[in-house]
Amino acid sequence: MITEFGHLALCLALAVALIQATLPLYGAYARDGRLVALAVPSALVQATLVGISFACLTTAFVRSDFSVLAVFQNSHTLKPMIYKISGVWANHEGSLLLWVLILSLAGASVAVFSKALPADFRARALAAQAMIGVGFYVFLLFTSNPFARLLPTPAEGRGLNPILQDPGLAFHPPMLYAGYVGLSVAFSFAVAALIEGRIGPLWARWVRPWTLAAWSALTCGIALGSWWAYYELGWGGYWFWDPVENASLMPWLAATALLHSAIVLEKRDALKSWTVLLAIVAFSLSLMGTFIVRSGVLTSVHAFAVDPKRGIFILSFLVLAIGGSLTLYGWRASKLENSGAFATVSREGFLVANNLVLMALLSTVFLGTLYPLALDSFSGKQISVGAPYYMATFVPLSALLIFLAAVGPLLSWRQDEFIRTKQRLLIVAAITAGGTLMVLILRGIPSGLAALGFIMTFWLVGGVVADFAHRLRYGDGGPVATLERVARLPRSVYAMVLGHLGVAITVFGITASGAWQSEVLTVTRVGQTLRVGPYDFRLSDLQPIGIKNFTAIDATVDVSEHGMPVYTLHPQTRTYTDPPSETTEAGIHSRWNGDLYAVIGKPDGHGRWQVRFHWKPFVTMIWLGALVMALGGIVAISDRFSRTLGVRRVAIILQPAE
Amino acid sequence: MKPKRQRMMLMGVAALVLVASTALGLSALGSKKQYFMTPTDLATRHTLSGENFRLGGLVTVGSVKHLADGVTLTFQVTDLQNTLPVKFRGITPDLFREGTGVIAEGHMDRAGMFVANTVLAKHDENYMPPEVAASLKKSGRWKPYGQVTR
Repeated sequence: MITEFGHLALCLALAVALIQATLPLYGAYARDGRLVALAVPSALVQATLVGISFACLTTAFVRSDFSVLAVFQNSHTLKPMIYKISGVWANHEGSLLLWVLILSLAGASVAVFSKALPADFRARALAAQAMIGVGFYVFLLFTSNPFARLLPTPAEGRGLNPILQDPGLAFHPPMLYAGYVGLSVAFSFAVAALIEGRIGPLWARWVRPWTLAAWSALTCGIALGSWWAYYELGWGGYWFWDPVENASLMPWLAATALLHSAIVLEKRDALKSWTVLLAIVAFSLSLMGTFIVRSGVLTSVHAFAVDPKRGIFILSFLVLAIGGSLTLYGWRASKLENSGAFATVSREGFLVANNLVLMALLSTVFLGTLYPLALDSFSGKQISVGAPYYMATFVPLSALLIFLAAVGPLLSWRQDEFIRTKQRLLIVAAITAGGTLMVLILRGIPSGLAALGFIMTFWLVGGVVADFAHRLRYGDGGPVATLERVARLPRSVYAMVLGHLGVAITVFGITASGAWQSEVLTVTRVGQTLRVGPYDFRLSDLQPIGIKNFTAIDATVDVSEHGMPVYTLHPQTRTYTDPPSETTEAGIHSRWNGDLYAVIGKPDGHGRWQVRFHWKPFVTMIWLGALVMALGGIVAISDRFSRTLGVRRVAIILQPAE
Repeated sequence: MKPKRQRMMLMGVAALVLVASTALGLSALGSKKQYFMTPTDLATRHTLSGENFRLGGLVTVGSVKHLADGVTLTFQVTDLQNTLPVKFRGITPDLFREGTGVIAEGHMDRAGMFVANTVLAKHDENYMPPEVAASLKKSGRWKPYGQVTR
């Protein structure tokens, strides 16, 4: 009964979304205030209906109602409650329902929080938002109904793939979707601006918080996925250039470009049509990312089983949404006249350069991800593109990006000369040289690639330090005056500092863990000790253990350094019964300067066990850096928020075209 | 510089960047891409020695053997028409089992054995390389929920 109720709510949500997508749009065109006024209530009703629908599906999972096909296929009575709930979105149908839930919530918050926007503009943005929703509702209801019933009702479910039963993965999809869907707001605002043919700094002021929130969520989502792969898959790797990973990286790159170009739009009233294009591209890539993952079109370790009916729908929807918005852009973009020119050597000049390099990065990832698919469908040849391709393209381009990211903030708006920043550039160069030299002396740099990584790290840190010192006019008026200036610096400065430092921390983690890692792969007996980097790993014990829904071999690995015990790791091989499968659980311990990582394999039949032990210096920095980046995004939002609240009279929000 | 002129220039530079990055990507693709092959492809096509590619198929039941060092194993990969011996040093992934789909990345050695650097088993145990699925369907051994009749 509850299940049918959920289905009905979803059908009603489609009906409401159809109303929201058309009538307010027509109302804004025909100047009919009553139709325009429909936008806000229908956005709220839509969100409520999807919320009810999602709650119904969750209830079915919590109660283990196996008469629902999705529950039968993905759940089990013995599963812990948290994974019963995360099972809701750990499958195709449920994850799409989560997608539309977040989408409708985003629409509702636009309706609630943007009361200050002109009614026509808000109506158009909400209509665009609803159009995306319609596409997803139709897809859900006609090809992927999460409420499909199963007769006769089975007594027990099939269970959830055990490697998906993990806290990291339970929260990875919601984070990623929040990022994807957050970009839909920038998209809808871009569509509304194109329809009106007007855009200005205040448009950027409204869009930036959404972009920042989406970008922060996407950053965390990608980091969570990478962290999960690192500890759960037991390979010790954290990024595989898998199409599914690239599908989330591409919108991230576009969103990074968007949030930088929106700064130029806000501060200098320039890059109007470019920013609008980026908003469209960023969300188009999110749509594509969702569907690449959900359709399983790419041969990929993550790919899900293919269904041709869904594939055709997906393709048509993508063509309609992306093609439609780009056509609108081509038709209306010329209306968005730019008002200000700028010099090449200036803050905005470097922000433009940053955008161009990000686009170059994006296009190489796009090519590497989609070329195999295109080749397969046109010639039937199957190829894969892996790490070597990205080492040849992504690495040099990101080095260029980081080079620009350190210099850009040192320049002032409008026009600048390098000579005026000479002192600060010297600081950057000194920090880069000093830092790299220090690393070389203390630990050694084994390869050119590692050298490049460390140089980029210190270059970016140097840029942040030099900029910060300059803004504080350090030493001017003594420490008390400097401290006062610290407190008075706008939050946007701290946001930028955190964002750029986060990148530096991640680059450092990637470089250091690659350069200095030690790995031992062998078979060993209980009681034997193996040397891994500066540590001794001793396989002390092996015990069989039994937990609720799995049994395991639990290994005790004592790690010591110079004879002093450091930590005891417990890698396991687990055997799950529903569905029957084995997993290896790595034993991991994070120290301040790196991770101890142990994996236990299978017995060789002669009393020895396969083991793989790693010492991974500074690997945690990779995800810590992402967190710092996301924190920068949140600080930037709080800055926006405090300012937006100050702007009460927003009649001028969209400045007239010239 | 006039804003309009600057906009034209910006468009020009953007187009140039796009062309340049695509060219960079294509040239990298030329040398770094890996072909996906099945044992039948390898039986009919000539491969360069030392060329890296991906091999996909099913692990033949009863073919997995461990060598004396304990961490190297050999097994057969089949697409049910042809079979190829594979050697791999490392701990196999969780989903690696006899009779299930596998993708190995590596190269052919002189003895005609495929030396795998990495072995991937599918996350979704119902999934297998499309060509293998096609040949399973053809030979009537396909079942919708992925269990291959032995």
